[in-house]
Amino acid sequence: MTRLRHATTEWLPALAILVLGLVGWELAVKAFGIQKFLLPKPSEILTAFWDQRDILWPAGWYTFTEAFWGFVIGVSFGIGAAVVLARFRALGSALMPYFIAASAIPIIAFAPIANAWFGIEKSSKIFIAALLCFFPVLVNTLRGLTSVKPQQVELMRSYAARDFTVFKRVRIPTSLPYVFASLKVASVLAMIGAIVGEYFGGSQQQLGIQIKNSAALFQFETAWAAILVACILGVGFYLAVSLAEILTMRRYPSAERARR
Amino acid sequence: MTSAAAVSIRNVSKTFGKGGTKALQNIELDFQPGEFVSLIGPSGCGKSTLLRVIGDLVEPTEGEALIGGKPAHQARLDRDYGMVFQEATLMDWRTIEKNVSLPLELMGWAREKRRDRVRELLELVELTGFEGHYPWQLSGGMQQRVAIARALTFNPSLILMDEPFGALDEMTRDRLNLELLRIWEATSATVVFVTHSIFEAVFLSSRVVVMSARPGRVQKVVEIDLPYPRTTETREDVHFFELATEVRELLRESHSGRDAAPEGT
Repeated sequence: MTRLRHATTEWLPALAILVLGLVGWELAVKAFGIQKFLLPKPSEILTAFWDQRDILWPAGWYTFTEAFWGFVIGVSFGIGAAVVLARFRALGSALMPYFIAASAIPIIAFAPIANAWFGIEKSSKIFIAALLCFFPVLVNTLRGLTSVKPQQVELMRSYAARDFTVFKRVRIPTSLPYVFASLKVASVLAMIGAIVGEYFGGSQQQLGIQIKNSAALFQFETAWAAILVACILGVGFYLAVSLAEILTMRRYPSAERARR
Repeated sequence: MTSAAAVSIRNVSKTFGKGGTKALQNIELDFQPGEFVSLIGPSGCGKSTLLRVIGDLVEPTEGEALIGGKPAHQARLDRDYGMVFQEATLMDWRTIEKNVSLPLELMGWAREKRRDRVRELLELVELTGFEGHYPWQLSGGMQQRVAIARALTFNPSLILMDEPFGALDEMTRDRLNLELLRIWEATSATVVFVTHSIFEAVFLSSRVVVMSARPGRVQKVVEIDLPYPRTTETREDVHFFELATEVRELLRESHSGRDAAPEGT
């Protein structure tokens, strides 16, 4: 009971801000006579959100699956590459500067090229999302796997532990906070990659196309409603990854987290 | 020397890098079973390197180390020694119980057996009741006691300690010194103990190996003929001070003209 009350008092201020913000937004649009193409009223957006639900949600889901598979592929390759480079340290240190440079590239700029390579359907968006996820996951995971204290490795060697055992018992647990930090970033990047990828061309069932076309047709409340769908799915994705993090870190609590 | 020596260091030299600094030069030492030997010397005398040569964590450029007559490499594979570092080097994601049982897990002990052994050891280092805690919930001194318990789990005949109390405050260090002697007497293991505290070395050891730096060499081995069990009174004994003074003078000789005398506390 007290826990519930505690949770309520913690969330109450945030909730109040949300409600106040929406009311303020509504009133401001009315009071200043802001044009719809600049900023529709929240009530209009919510109406469009409800009316267009049969179009927006399937489109959102379609785009989410692109982001999801891009995430899965990008993260798998990122972690896989990090494991290989952690094993072959010389190669890792030789390539690291390029990976850091690559993670600073605006990969989204490749979206039109991806369309040329993979067509305008799902695969080009999955490719962009995967590419966006790949570098941060690689760089962070590699950093995590190699940030093991030398003494911990010596300790394991004193028990005649093989490299694989050191990897399993020391490197992986040490890397987990780094990996999850990058997974959260990747979940956001994957959604961005999918939607922005769609802006460069796609079919009607894609959320990015819905946003783009609604805006082009001056149906701004629909565009905003579609963005709201994207936000909900994006936040949901992020929260799912965070939940996975909490569940995993419960088994591997680390000192830094406990001190927070 | 027969193969009965707990540790036998035969003409060990170690050079880091090609034509680099000579960390150890022609070290010859024999430690008897059940001895408590300290290695002391200024920083750069290679005492930690020597400890790692014994533990087969560093390969000597020349010579070899034997543990109970076995080459160090084989002894490491046979898990003949336990190691304690300056930092407790506990795994933050493991409870105290799981940290102590780590070597046993690697050796494939059954869960029940592991639990019993861990309980026994935590009792020995007076940490009963902390099984479920995580390392960061313990003080530095307690963490180091966990590390000692972990080194003892599989009952090694040799314990290598690399400045295990170097990062602790003096009062904690004094208390842990007494505790370590009690544990040592209970296990009858051989201990090789690296330190840069003169009082600590003299208080704990049956022999103190005084080393000099650049290149790392054995200056002299000092017999500490204070009777065991040693107590807080030992620290006030006149002979204790005489021996400490002898070690200090040897250290001063070993690097006269150099700054940075080792701490004498």
